[in-house]
Parts: sequence; C-alpha cells; structure tokens
Amino acid sequence: MTLALPGQKAGRQSFKVDLSVPLLLTFAVLLCVLILLPISWLVMYSVTMVDPATKERVLTLAHFRTLFSDPDLVEPLITTMIVAVCSSVACCLVAAPMGWLVARTDLPMTRLIRALVTASFVTPPFLGAIAWEILAAPNSGLLNKFYRTVTGAEMDSYLFNIYSMPGLIFVIACYTFPYVFVLVANALDRIPGDLEDASSILGAGTWTTARRVTIPLVLPALVAGALVAFLQAMILFGSPAILALPAGFHTMTTKIWSLFQYPPKPELAAAASLPLLFLTVMLLRGQQMILGRKGYSIVGGKSGEPRLIRLGWFVVPAMAFVIIVLMLPVFLPYFALLNAAFSPLATTLVTPETFTLKNFYFTFFELSTTHLALKNTFILGAAAATIGTVLALVISYATARKAVRGYQVLGFLATAPLAIPGIVLGVGLFLAYTRPPFVLYGTLWVLLLAYITIELPAAYQQLQSAFRAVHPELEDASRILGATRLRSLIDVTAPLLRTSVLATWCFIFVSTIRELSAAIMLFTSETKVVSVLIFDLKESGDLGAIAILGLSMLVLTFTVIIFVNRIPGFGSSGLRNT
Amino acid sequence: MAWTFDRRDVLKGAGALAATVAASPLRAQAPPSVAVSDALIEAARKEGRVVYYTSIDLPMAQRIGKAFETKYPGISVRVERTGAERVFQRIGQEYASKIHAVDVVNSSDAAHLIVWKRDGLLAPYVPEDVAKHYPDEHRDPDGMFASFRAGLSVMAYNTNLVKAEEAPKSFADLLDPKWAGKIVKAHPSYSGTILTATFQIARDLGWDYFDKLAKQRVMQVQSATDPPKKLALGERAVMADGNEYIVFQVKEAGQPVEPIYPTEGTPLVIGPNAVFKAAPNPNAARLFQSYCFSVECQQLIVDFGGLRSLHPQVKEKAGHRPLKDIKLMKEDADGVEKQSDEIKKRYTQLFKV
Repeated sequence: MTLALPGQKAGRQSFKVDLSVPLLLTFAVLLCVLILLPISWLVMYSVTMVDPATKERVLTLAHFRTLFSDPDLVEPLITTMIVAVCSSVACCLVAAPMGWLVARTDLPMTRLIRALVTASFVTPPFLGAIAWEILAAPNSGLLNKFYRTVTGAEMDSYLFNIYSMPGLIFVIACYTFPYVFVLVANALDRIPGDLEDASSILGAGTWTTARRVTIPLVLPALVAGALVAFLQAMILFGSPAILALPAGFHTMTTKIWSLFQYPPKPELAAAASLPLLFLTVMLLRGQQMILGRKGYSIVGGKSGEPRLIRLGWFVVPAMAFVIIVLMLPVFLPYFALLNAAFSPLATTLVTPETFTLKNFYFTFFELSTTHLALKNTFILGAAAATIGTVLALVISYATARKAVRGYQVLGFLATAPLAIPGIVLGVGLFLAYTRPPFVLYGTLWVLLLAYITIELPAAYQQLQSAFRAVHPELEDASRILGATRLRSLIDVTAPLLRTSVLATWCFIFVSTIRELSAAIMLFTSETKVVSVLIFDLKESGDLGAIAILGLSMLVLTFTVIIFVNRIPGFGSSGLRNT
Repeated sequence: MAWTFDRRDVLKGAGALAATVAASPLRAQAPPSVAVSDALIEAARKEGRVVYYTSIDLPMAQRIGKAFETKYPGISVRVERTGAERVFQRIGQEYASKIHAVDVVNSSDAAHLIVWKRDGLLAPYVPEDVAKHYPDEHRDPDGMFASFRAGLSVMAYNTNLVKAEEAPKSFADLLDPKWAGKIVKAHPSYSGTILTATFQIARDLGWDYFDKLAKQRVMQVQSATDPPKKLALGERAVMADGNEYIVFQVKEAGQPVEPIYPTEGTPLVIGPNAVFKAAPNPNAARLFQSYCFSVECQQLIVDFGGLRSLHPQVKEKAGHRPLKDIKLMKEDADGVEKQSDEIKKRYTQLFKV
C-alpha cells in the first residue's frame, strides 16, 4: 500500500518505472503470511504435544485419536452435520420459491422485499438468536405466552422450544436463507426471456419450459446456495452458543471454543478445527465441480427482458408466504429487541406505564465498555473495509488482466480463506500471534488481520466480476498514450469501478461488525468489540442492555449503508451481492 | 557505547528488588497498612484510570465504579466483567502474552487468589480498613488480598409458578421427578460462585447428587447471576444454584422470586480483591482497592447489591436473613484450588456441556 505513492510520483516524472510487478509481489507475500501463518500453526499444534519429561514438542496423533474416539467430541461433530444439512435444506425450500416469485413473477413490491432480505442478511445471527430466545423460549417466550393466552393452555405447555435442535436449525436458517435467495434470484434475473420464449414457441407448456429450461439454468445457483448455506450453518458460533448450550448439547464450533476455556487445550482445539477446515475445502471443491460442469454461460447480444409470469389470484398466497418468511428473521426479532430495550422485563410487553429508558441509560452512561467497544468496532469495520477493498482490488486486477506471471496463485490465495471457518481462523491467529516474531495478540491489529482474511474472498469475487465487465481496451488506450499501469488504473479503471468498489466496501464493513466467531477467540479487555460485548452480556443474562446495543449496531449498519449509497455520483450501488 | 547509570535506574532496580522480596511467600508479616494519602490520590489522578476485572454482576460493578469516580473525580473506572473462571483464564492468557491490562481483580473463586499469589503476580497492599477491622480469616497473612465480598449460592423459585408450600426445601427435593424440565442452573466452568458451590455440595452430598440432577433436563446457563433473572422472566420455576444477591435484587424490583436456603446447608462463597504487581496504574489500583474496603463501598454492595460484607461496621440490610441465622456449608478455598479442574471435567461429563 505504501508503494502506491512512489508509483504515482513516477508517473508524473519522465522516468516511467512500472512498479506494478514489485507491488503485486508484495501483495502475494502479504497474502501468504496472512493465510499460511495461522494455518501452519494450527496444523503444527494438532500433531504435536509437549512431552512432560523433556518439555519439548514431539509429534503425536493422540489428539486425532481423542477427537474420533471421545464421545464428547464425536457427538458435536454429528450434531453439526445434522444441523448443517437440515438448515441448508430449509433455506433452499424457502429461498428458491421466494427467489422465483421476486425475480420472475409480477409480485408487487419486489424492491422492498429484496431490501428486507438484505436486512435479514445484515442482522448478526447471534443477535437474531437472542431475539428468538425472547420470542420462543418455552415458558417466557412472547409467542408461547401469546399461544397460552389465546388457547388458555396449561402453564407448562408451549408451542415452540427454541432451546432444541429444531429451534437451532430454524434460527440458523433464518439468517442463512439470504445467501440462497440472492444466488437464486440473481440467476433468475440473468436468464434471458428469449430462451423461455423459444421454448414456448416450440410448443412447450409452462411446466415443460420450467422443467427443461428455467430449472436447469438456475440449478447450479441453487446447489451453490445450498452448499453456502451448509457451510454457514457449519461454521456459525453465536447461534449454537446461545441456543444449544442451555439445551445441553454442543456443536463443533462451541466445542472448539470450550476447549479454549480453562484449562485450555489448544492442541485438541487445533485438531478439532481441522475436520471443519477439511470439510469446507471439500464442499468448495464440490461447488466448483458442479458449477464448472453446469456453467451455462448465458451469452448473446441484446436479449429480451425476462418474462414476468402473471400470478393472478395466486398473488395473495404468494404475498402471504413472502410476508411470513420475512417476519421470521426481520419483523418479529426486531420487535422483540425493541420491546426488550424499553421494557423493564424483556419478555413482558411494554406498555406506556412500564416504558423505561433504564436500559438505554445503563448501556450508554453506566456501562464503561460500551464506548470502547463501539469505537473499536467502528475503527475495525472501517479499516478492514478499506484495506480489504484495496487488497481485493489489486488482486482482482492482477487476475482479471493477467498482469503478472503466476496471477493464478494470487487468485487462489485470495479465495483460500473461504475454506477457513472464523473460529478456526481465530484459533490459528491466536497461536500465530501470541509469540515472537509477531506478538499482535492484545492489539486491534490481530482482529484486523482476522477480519481482512475472512472477508477477502467475497470482496475478491465481487471485484473480479466487476473487472471482467470493464473491457481492457480502455486501459490499453491509456497505456499506449504513455501512462504507467498504475496511472491508467487510477485514471481510467477506478472511476468505472467505483460503484462495485463501494458495494464491496459496504459488504466488508457490514460483515465485520457482525463477526463474532473469530473475535471471541482473539479479543482482550482493551480490544473488545460490540459483538463480543453482546455475547458477554448474554452470558450474564442482561437482555435489556443487549437489546440496546444490538439495535445501536443495526442503526450503525443501516446508516453506513444508506450514507455510502447516497454519496452523490455513486448512484445506488446497493448491496447487490448480498 | 558506555553504560551509564543514573539515579533513576538504580532506584528502579531497588524497587524491583523490594517488590521481589515483598512477593516472596517466605515473608511472614503483611506490609503495614496504608491510609489513603493526598499523595496517593494525586498520583492516581495522574494515571487517570483504573481497570477492574471482576465477576460481580455488571450493574453492581458499574455502580461501584461510578461511586469511586464521584469520590475521586478525574479517575475513571473501566469494568471488565465476566464469570470468575473466565476472568482467571483471561488474565492467564493475557499474562502469557505479556499483556498487563488488569489493575485490580475481584474473583468469586477464592482459589484463584491462591494461584495468583503463588505465581507471584499480586502486589502486597493492605488498605487501612482491612488492617483495622477485618478478621484474620478474611485477609491474607502476607497482605496480598482480602475478602471484598461474601455471597451465597442459594436455591430459589418463582412464586407465580410454584406455591410456597410446594417449593423445594432441600437439594434432595430437586431430584423429585416433578421438577424435571423446570430447573435452571449455572455453570462451574464460567462462574466462580458455582464452582465453589459445586465443590461444597459434592463434598457434603456426593457427586451422586449431580449425577441425578443432570437427568432432570436442567436449563444450563453460564453466569450465577443468570438463574435469578431467568426465574424473574418466568422461563423456569426453580433454580438449583445462583447468586443470593441477584435474587434479592430482582425480588426488591418487584419480581415474583423467593430464595430458598436448602436444609443441607447453603454454599458460602468468598470473593476476594487484589492488586496486581504489574498493574499499569499502580497508584489508582491502590486507591481503588482502599475504596473497595471502605465502609462506604461495603455498605453500597450490601444496600444496592444485596451482597454480604465482612466489614464489621457494615449493617446488614433489613429483610435479608442475617448470615448467622443461615446454616452454611464450609468454605474451603484450598480444597477448591486442588479440585478445580477435576470438578469442571466431571461436571461437563454429567451435564454434557
């Protein structure tokens, strides 16, 4: 990044030194350190132990033996698989029809629906889980109380029990379905109407067209979505920590985390992390294979707008379906949080008489960590978004323009963190940066590294596709006229890309402030972030303060999104990939 | 380059030596008690802040901080609250990475103080109130720590969900099948109060009790401050363990919660305070430590918090059953220290989390 300045100066002088090669090499080295260092420590720890006699590290497979034989570790692994499969299926069952309704039918208010899906995406899953506790805890949950009031049922009877495996699956699905929805809806958006028209002209009915044309075209997106949902459910930490532990079971992520509690067993934690890493790599390979084989590139010059299917009277059940789906991750939880924020008791409906600002006052004027956590979160969000965007921009330029030899390696390195679940990265970073030569633990830097590493793949993928859309001939013209590569990049390409760059910045910012699983492994008292503070408050049952902090977090998120999208000249970039 | 010693270096060396001697467990006498002097206040004000790691309930901890800030303007209190076992882990983790962030600590697991003292992490400091008023069993002979608070881990019930005559009277009563699925309980790997209570109950009643309790489908929460809050919400009818002082707080806030002092005896939990040797704000730390043991602060934790104080001049709060009228289980920090890991392990095996 510091090399960019001399590069600009060189451009102005008559010496035309092309600094892009050393610059790109620097980035490659940076990426290697960023990703390989924590993973190497992880692997090293998982296969070694400290010999009690000599105090030296010796090779061993004992941790893996424990991992696959100790029922305390095998059970969480099985639980995780069940939860991930079920929530992935649930996501597809909901998101696919909804994506179709929004993209291909004349359903009204689709812009609003897409915005609300974005809202459920930016809601931190752990916050959603806490809100669902308030709604559906078996005895005190608002929905269960409502059910008992309406039906006059017994004191102990309930409709929902959120502290259960189905409860956990449900809440995870609530906050992962946007991934599937966006992929499916985008794929459906891109299918040219011509293909379906051709099918109809050739005499196929609506159903045949759907079966032979539309479904095969979106199937890759749906499968990709299912895999992403599976992955998300597998690597999530907050929701299981909030919902599974009270019910008396662990998932893999909470188990890894508990292995870091006192007395810490970092070796076993490292060993337990590797199956997650391995599974993630396999899933991503699988996704690539599916997409690679069935990658229908939808080429062609001008194609017609997608045909919108008339719903007719069906619009009523369709709209009801959409509203119910959006109630679950957005309306109901936000309502529960608002109620908890201003009610003396989180699970009692607030009335004008009981309305209180006690929680608000406590959070902002008494709780001494609030300001620190908000400040850290904001600094980290902005820094991670800025550095991450720059990093992704350079790498995607290098790969999209094949600017340096070995650009494929850069691309691979930039996507590799996708295979590292947050909690695993947290363990790896902890092992890597608590010892010389890089003692970063206890500073914001280690969190910044974690966030950049986690968000890089998505940022890279977004910007790479943006680069592909800008034809290189414009840059070539600039270079023929004498500009260096960097100069043409700054003067020509950058202005064309700013919408995508902004969207990427927003994406990283939002994802950073909702991140919990890596932060929970890496924070110290001075480097606390809001997500960790909320988790702390959760463990001592301070729901009112959680509601206030959670709502502030959402306000901060939405303010940034709206503000960035309103900057004149940037147009409505929106979170199109979210 | 020639080495030059200036006076400050020599003093620093001497100070380090003195500190080592003071920390040495061989020393039999506690350092002389220290009254709060203007010089201390001034030095503390220069540092401007104090970092307090504690396991006390957050609003209580913040209230102590606010009271201190009001009394000594210009010195802010940063409260870092989590369960005592987490506090212990965090300090261990931070010290292993040479991060010295903590000034003053309060732990509801008195065994932690034994470990920290043994590892030479604590600074000897005896506030005036401790020297003058605190009984010997509540102050470390070497002046490393003293009992800031006492609390009980009680049982309790929600009076809307359970009639007084039907409420359990003893730990054994909780094993009745009618309480299955209705019990909330905190975790000894998080809470020092619960670890201490688990030690005492297991010692007096045997692990068999926990073995049976684990089959009652208990709702497992983390902090000892949480079960009373879950009772107040009406989420569960009975709590198997948790802080007495939070039960008082929610009861006095008008919630339908009533404590139960089990017939087998109620676990007594001592929460000592200590100043760290490597405290980043050593003067503010000492000033804060002195404040914590003052009558003013001790009365505050009794009146606002519902805690029990060991300062003889502090009056127990009306309506709280006096400590002397409660059958207590015997507190034994050394015993806890020896069995801590074993307790956590066994508990996790029984309760699955």
